[in-house]
This record gives sequence, C-alpha cells and structure tokens, in this order.
Amino acid sequence: MITIVDYGVGNLGSILNMLKKVGAKAQTSSDPGVLRQAEKLVLPGVGAFDAGMKKLNETGLVPVLNELVLDKKVSVIGLCLGMQLMTKRSEEGTEAGLGWIDAETVRFKFGPENANLKVPHMGWNTLDIRRQHPLVADLGPESRFYFVHSYHIVCADETDVVANTDYGYPLAAVINRENIMGAQFHPEKSHKFGMQLLKNFAERL
Amino acid sequence: MIRPRVIPALLLKGQGLVKTVKFKDPKYLGDPINIVKIFNDKEVDELIFLDITATNEKRRPPFEMLGKITSECFMPLGYGGGIRSFDDVRTLLSLGIEKVILNTIAVENPAFVSDVAEYAGSQAVVVSMDLKKGFLGKYEVFTHSGKTGAGLDPVRHALEMEKRGAGELFVNSIDRDGMMQGYDLDLVRRVADAVNVPVIARGGAGNIQHLAEAIQQGGASAAAAGSMFVFQGPLRGVLISYPSQEELRRVLP
Repeated sequence: MITIVDYGVGNLGSILNMLKKVGAKAQTSSDPGVLRQAEKLVLPGVGAFDAGMKKLNETGLVPVLNELVLDKKVSVIGLCLGMQLMTKRSEEGTEAGLGWIDAETVRFKFGPENANLKVPHMGWNTLDIRRQHPLVADLGPESRFYFVHSYHIVCADETDVVANTDYGYPLAAVINRENIMGAQFHPEKSHKFGMQLLKNFAERL
Repeated sequence: MIRPRVIPALLLKGQGLVKTVKFKDPKYLGDPINIVKIFNDKEVDELIFLDITATNEKRRPPFEMLGKITSECFMPLGYGGGIRSFDDVRTLLSLGIEKVILNTIAVENPAFVSDVAEYAGSQAVVVSMDLKKGFLGKYEVFTHSGKTGAGLDPVRHALEMEKRGAGELFVNSIDRDGMMQGYDLDLVRRVADAVNVPVIARGGAGNIQHLAEAIQQGGASAAAAGSMFVFQGPLRGVLISYPSQEELRRVLP
C-alpha cells in the first residue's frame, strides 16, 4: 500500500487517481498508525513553503515521518512543494525544512539574458537525465512534464540529482538519495509520462 | 526550455458541451466526457472548463461530471462557473481540479481571491476577465457570462487581482469570441504589460498562427481557444482537433 500523506496541502485526489490508474494500491491518510503500515509514502504539496511546513508541523506527523524515512528507510517521494519541504530551508520562508536531503530551496535568479522569463516556471518541460535510476526508467526523450513553481532546489551533492530541467539554467527536476526521492513537477498532471514515473515508483522501488 | 501553453477552453451548459459566438447562441457539440477523452488522448497541454450558465442559474459547479473528468484526465485542469463559496473551492480541489477560475465573485468580493490564494496557493487561482470594447474604444469588465457591466477597467482590475493573489489572469474578449479572426492583441498586450503573473489569452483564435500571435505579439504566456479545436471547415462541423507537438514547436519555438 502506498500512502499519500494528507496534511491538508496538495492535490491528493489527482495523485490517488493516477496511482490507481497504474494499478497500485494507494490511500491518503494523516493517521500515524496508518502511515506506519505504509510500504511507500508520497509527500505531496502545492503553495508556499512556510504554509506547507506549518501545516505539516500542526499535524504532529513530523516525528513519525522522520522515523519512517530516516530510520526505517521507507521509500518516499516528494512532489513539487513536497520535494522542497524535504530540503533544509527555503528562501521563500523562515520555517526549517525537514532536512532529509542536503539541499536548499532558492528563488529563480536570472541574468540579463533571461530577464524576460516569467516566474513561476509554468508549463511542460523536458528532462535531462543525469544518472540512471528506476524512477526515470522507460521515459523516452519526448517525455514532458508539467511544472509550476517559483522556487527550485539546489543539492549540495550533485550526485543526488537524477535529472535536470532547463528554465533559464539547468535545475534539479528529479532527485534521489537512498530511499528518498523527489520530483519538482507534477507527475499526476503529466499524461502518460507522469504515469510512467509513478508506475516506476509503485513497481520498481 | 518550455513552449508556451496552448489550452482548449470548453464551455459547459447543463450536461452538454457548447460553443458560443460573442458569448451568445450556444451551439451543442456533444457529450463532455466523450470530447474530453479525445483531448486527453491528444495529450493537450491543459484544459479549461467553463460552465457558462451556472452563475446566472445560481447553480453550483457540476461536481459529479468534473469528478468523472478528473479521474480520467491527467493534465492540469481549470474550472470556472458558479463558484460562490469556499466550500465550492475545496470540493473542486479535492476532485483534482487544480485551478479554480474566478470571475463574477472576484468582482463582487475581491477578498475571496485573497482567501483562496492563501488557502491553496496563487498557482491555484485564476482570475477571469470577460471584456467588451465600448463605443469610445474603452474596454470594460463584464460579469455573469458577459451580461453585466462591472464598470471596471481591465488593467486596473488585473492589477488589483494580482495584488490579491491571483496566479494567472484569463483575458477573454467577448467581441472576438467564436469569430476565429484572431485575438484582440491590443487588449492582451495591455494586460500582459501591466502584470507580472502569466496571462492566458482567449477569444478569436481561428488557426495556429493566431495562437502564436497571442504569445509573440500579445505577450500572453498561454493561448486558449475553443472554436478552432472543436470545429472544422466553413460549415463549422464538429470535429475535435489539436496541433501536434511538432506543429506547436514550429510556430512557438
């Protein structure tokens, strides 16, 4: 069973719909007991970093999640803001992040040559795969994904980056360290391409 | 790098999908679910649904139909029409609609825009402006599916909505709707130049070149269209179409 962490933030319905579509058993929950039974976890999220972190803290689930992810090494994928919350901090706010990944979340900073680029980075973009990982298996070069974000993450260790995307400059789109994974885009909103990625998460990890 | 988004905007009336001309004379196209499945198979960038009679009939959004759509469509979906309460917004988001499109209520109660942005994030809030050109060339914002003049200037309203937390602005020309002669580029440009958030242009697209004009000349971030994706030929026979990725990349490099 894949359990989507319900902390009141994010498009849980879409993620659940897509996991069901690929034949995975999935549910949403905010109950520590249910989360402890999960084979895998999804940490969703949209909106602002502090708002997301505050809601996650309010649920009281952080110690449980830390235990599952850091001690028991349960596979987890953070999506969009969910991935950013796994970093240490964000330039978007003052709350401390979960710190599961040695990374920071920063605002887009464009040079004069890209001054015309709008923030948020919104729309379909492609991936530049940096290293093989089951999450990005069987994704053809034409694969595209739906992004909507104003901040992006920077990993301290480049080898944590599985794939980059390009918006003004290359930035981390898929990350992984041990059992921890993240995607900056919304696979649940990315047609068959996102479906393949979530299928990979459900079946290969 | 990303290519600007091209978005079919589909009009719901009761249980059917329709297409209007200048916001009038809705022509029945077919069953929404069937048509949406075709767009889904064509892997379109995004879909926008607008229930054009919900507000005037004081109906809530057609949640059941939207639920059927979201369980099959894995792409960004926006919905507008008849959204009157926070409860409506919560229900839409929980169904898997990630962009709520606010029009009449954004004029009547601008604080509602802020509330939704705070709750769901600005990326979930699209403010839609239906605009008509008056005798002196002045544009005016209309509500209630183009029936009621709000006495607001589009640029002033757009700036106010951006300040309130709108993440995107949906700029609709009532005069160009269904005409397929091209967007009102001057109107799109005025709004796009004034705000920092992405602008979606709608009203007038008849071919793929028009879509490119909205982006390249109008300064829009995305181009939405109805007629050109649902009609074919001078007799406007119903045929669902969408440009290939290759065609889109060619006109929108």
